Amino acid sequence: MKTVDLAVACGFTHAAGEQAHLVHGIFAGDLLSWAMGRAKEGDAWFTVMGNVNTVAVAALADCACVVLCHGAEWDTIALQKAKEQGVELYCSPLPEFEAAYLAAAKLNLPLPQA
Amino acid sequence: MPDCIYLHYTVPGDDFTRAGEASADLKLRLKKLGIPPEAVRKVSIALYEGEINLAIHAHGGEIDVQITDDAVCMTLSDQGPGIADIPLAMSEGYSTAPDEVRSLGFGAGMGLPNMKKYSDEFDIQSTVGVGTTIKMAVHVD
Repeated sequence: MKTVDLAVACGFTHAAGEQAHLVHGIFAGDLLSWAMGRAKEGDAWFTVMGNVNTVAVAALADCACVVLCHGAEWDTIALQKAKEQGVELYCSPLPEFEAAYLAAAKLNLPLPQA
Repeated sequence: MPDCIYLHYTVPGDDFTRAGEASADLKLRLKKLGIPPEAVRKVSIALYEGEINLAIHAHGGEIDVQITDDAVCMTLSDQGPGIADIPLAMSEGYSTAPDEVRSLGFGAGMGLPNMKKYSDEFDIQSTVGVGTTIKMAVHVD
């Protein structure tokens, strides 16, 4: 599914970056090294860290987009860096789990095995 | 592509808005050279973690990169405080990052483990009071 279609389906607000990526999965978390090492290419990343370092990690890890949750706001340096590096940023008023759960449902992702 | 391409980056200390610039530049160059995406991803992750470590712990440092047909080799060197217990520093979850750095999302204790995990070759040498040198290579299949 395209990021723009996922955003419309989930009510995410576009903040920066060309809406041109495909979403294949979900990653949720706020520790950058965890995201760096574990987010997969094409993941939509759900976090509350709205600083420029999140954008840097998303670009290097080839995330499809980053959704800033809990109604948090991206800082201005992050928005500028996202435009430069082509990283798609969104906002959601939902908590991380709910936003990620909603996106997973829209993507028809299978439930993980216990 | 030439037999070997050499690149050099200087990482400023304690400036987290610029951390990742070397990794981003190298990633772009590797993609233009046609390096396989998985190798590019491994290099990007390993080098970014190295950049962050240089900025957080060593007040900056130097990165030298050699790109050949077979591998991307990276040497990170600093004149920071050094690491007293390398096996402890290499263990997942161990971090000495200060609180202000943790508030930015760093300091999970995954930096060195990620560097090793995403490198095909990894070596670390450190002397307390002198500095640290890390050599990483990612093979290009």
